[in-house]
Amino acid sequence: MKFKVNGHEVFASTGGRPFDKKKPLIIFVHGSGLTHMTWVLQTRYFAFHGYNSLAVDLPGHGLSSGKSLKSIEEMADWVSDVIDAVGHKEASLVGHSQGCLVTVECTSRYPNKIKTLSLMGGAGAIPMNPELLSLAEKNDPKAVDLMMDWAHGPAGHFGGHPVPGLYHINTGAMLAKSRTIENTLGVDFRACDNYKNGFEAAKKIKCPTLSILATDDKMCPVKEGKKLASLIDGSQVDIIYNCGHMMLLEEADRVLTVLKKFITTNYPPLSA
Amino acid sequence: MSDKKKELKPNTYKFDTLSLHAGYQPHKNAGSRQVPIYQTTSYLFDDVDHAAALFNLERGGHIYSRISNPTVGVLEERVASLEGGTAALATSSGMSAIFLTVMTLCEAGDHLVVSSQLYGGTVNLFRLTLPKFGIKCTFVKPRDTEGFKKAIQKNTKGIFGELVGNPGNEIMNMPEIAKIAHDAGIPLMVDATYQTPYLCKPFEHGADIVIHSLTKWMAGHGSSMAGILVEGGKFDWMQNDKFPTMTKPYEGYHGLSFAEEFGPTAFTMKARAEGMRDFGPCLSPQNAWNVLQGIETLSVRMKKHCSNAEEMVKYLSNHESVAWVSHPSAPNHPDAELANKLLPNGKGSMIAFGIKGGKDAGVAFINNVKLASHLANVGDTRTLVIHPASGTHSQMDEATLKFAGLSHDMIRLSVGIEDIDDIKNDFEIGFRAARKPRLVSNQ
Repeated sequence: MKFKVNGHEVFASTGGRPFDKKKPLIIFVHGSGLTHMTWVLQTRYFAFHGYNSLAVDLPGHGLSSGKSLKSIEEMADWVSDVIDAVGHKEASLVGHSQGCLVTVECTSRYPNKIKTLSLMGGAGAIPMNPELLSLAEKNDPKAVDLMMDWAHGPAGHFGGHPVPGLYHINTGAMLAKSRTIENTLGVDFRACDNYKNGFEAAKKIKCPTLSILATDDKMCPVKEGKKLASLIDGSQVDIIYNCGHMMLLEEADRVLTVLKKFITTNYPPLSA
Repeated sequence: MSDKKKELKPNTYKFDTLSLHAGYQPHKNAGSRQVPIYQTTSYLFDDVDHAAALFNLERGGHIYSRISNPTVGVLEERVASLEGGTAALATSSGMSAIFLTVMTLCEAGDHLVVSSQLYGGTVNLFRLTLPKFGIKCTFVKPRDTEGFKKAIQKNTKGIFGELVGNPGNEIMNMPEIAKIAHDAGIPLMVDATYQTPYLCKPFEHGADIVIHSLTKWMAGHGSSMAGILVEGGKFDWMQNDKFPTMTKPYEGYHGLSFAEEFGPTAFTMKARAEGMRDFGPCLSPQNAWNVLQGIETLSVRMKKHCSNAEEMVKYLSNHESVAWVSHPSAPNHPDAELANKLLPNGKGSMIAFGIKGGKDAGVAFINNVKLASHLANVGDTRTLVIHPASGTHSQMDEATLKFAGLSHDMIRLSVGIEDIDDIKNDFEIGFRAARKPRLVSNQ
């Protein structure tokens, strides 16, 4: 669906179901340089099981218009604006990688709006490799190739996508190259690198929180994810073995199963 | 020790490694080093919820082997990885891959622009069969790049061609034709069977969908029929209103928009969800496994195919019984420069040559070679020969033969990986017989 936030058109996948204001809202926030399509193996389930499932394209990404937002704090406010724009008062947030920084910051800023928080491949800070950051800001496609290399675990490099026939490293690369790299990945990496408030923001979070971490995650290692989770009261942690940073594709089924249990328990769906 | 900072390089696997490993994780398959053959029609659901989720594309997995199968899935991912594509869908043959591609793209009332130099079966599909479904085609000679542009109509949904035409070895200017297609907001579909991704990756030159008959060089062993369509993932289906079946809610899946939901894999998802469901040209797991065995040695075989082919081009070019030779490696080939650009790893192993003495000489040659096999296939590890005018293209009338660039003296040669001297010696037997066609025959 398309709607406007701050005068700019926003695209969000609704998981193949019409938006229904009566249903509780889940917002999925993608990682650096990516789009709503990274969530396809999670969003459709919730959309068909009593939720409004909104996998947003951040401004300037995917099918959304406008320019990419330059800070995690701006993105956090934008997510809150999305909740207002679609006529809801509250939502459950799910973030991946950079999306974790955004949703942690958003939850700390708008505690009354956010009912549950699910973090995948999250950390309190994501400092960027300076060379990778420089390549992305110079619009060099090598930045995407490096990201795809580091973002997939050793097993993920072989493929074995849960959806038959899909080769996820090339699919991820295509998503990251779908818009100008310097205007998406470059801006996002800089925003991640500049963001320093993750640990302080985490201490303010009181809603049920889940962290899904992966043992072969090079971009947000397990110890960083655990450190963040330890600062959030009552946070649950689920660790996936033989999996890298792109767990929502590499181990899509496992992620969906854990996410499903967590969200339906803490933020029940609208009964049919 | 050097203080020089090491340059960052992606360590994703390279071609030869992907040929052996892509698409398969042993630890998820009982540790089996070899890809298992999942010889099953169907798959247990965990519960009703799980079944519903699979049917509704809410999660990945297998339901019924007409739609997908784990062994076939490994093959699909492997070919997608080798081509640099986002996704692939394997079918029972190359022809069914072409048919499925067209039926995923088009509906009645649509039009395609098609290269005139194609495998005879493909010509008949586009010329005679697709019109029965309301899909019309305009044929353009592969070297007539401007002709492709001129042939585009309002209802044109794509351009289709073989990168190196069958059997005349005319090369399409893929980068320029891709630009023509993209300027018109339509995709370019390329049958790259002759090249395999070892010789050319069409996505790097602008193609949007790549099709293979896996039966040929990809498998190499000539034991199994198989085909595949591969998606490049760059084509934007939402850029115009030409592809409503990709962009509008699809009744068959609760209003799903394939382009919105699946983006760079939308075409493959639609081809599987709709095409495999409705037409059902599924690949058997045994054949998928057989093809995988071939792909493991693809680069090794292709090097030998190409080096043998280049030797044969030299041999034939200097032979007294040969009127002409066509192969992209020949310096006098009209597309030699384009071939060097598009086929840097080798020009393939398909040679067309004209035998002096015309049709009778051609028949005598075919009837007398002993090592080379006379059959209707190409891309086997063994050397194959055929006389197209009386074989693969025999269903064409005289005018169509001429338009397709065929002549009665033409022999089509698919060079195998035998010892090159043995192939040449065998051809000498054929040529001797061709010089006395009425005296020497094994018929």
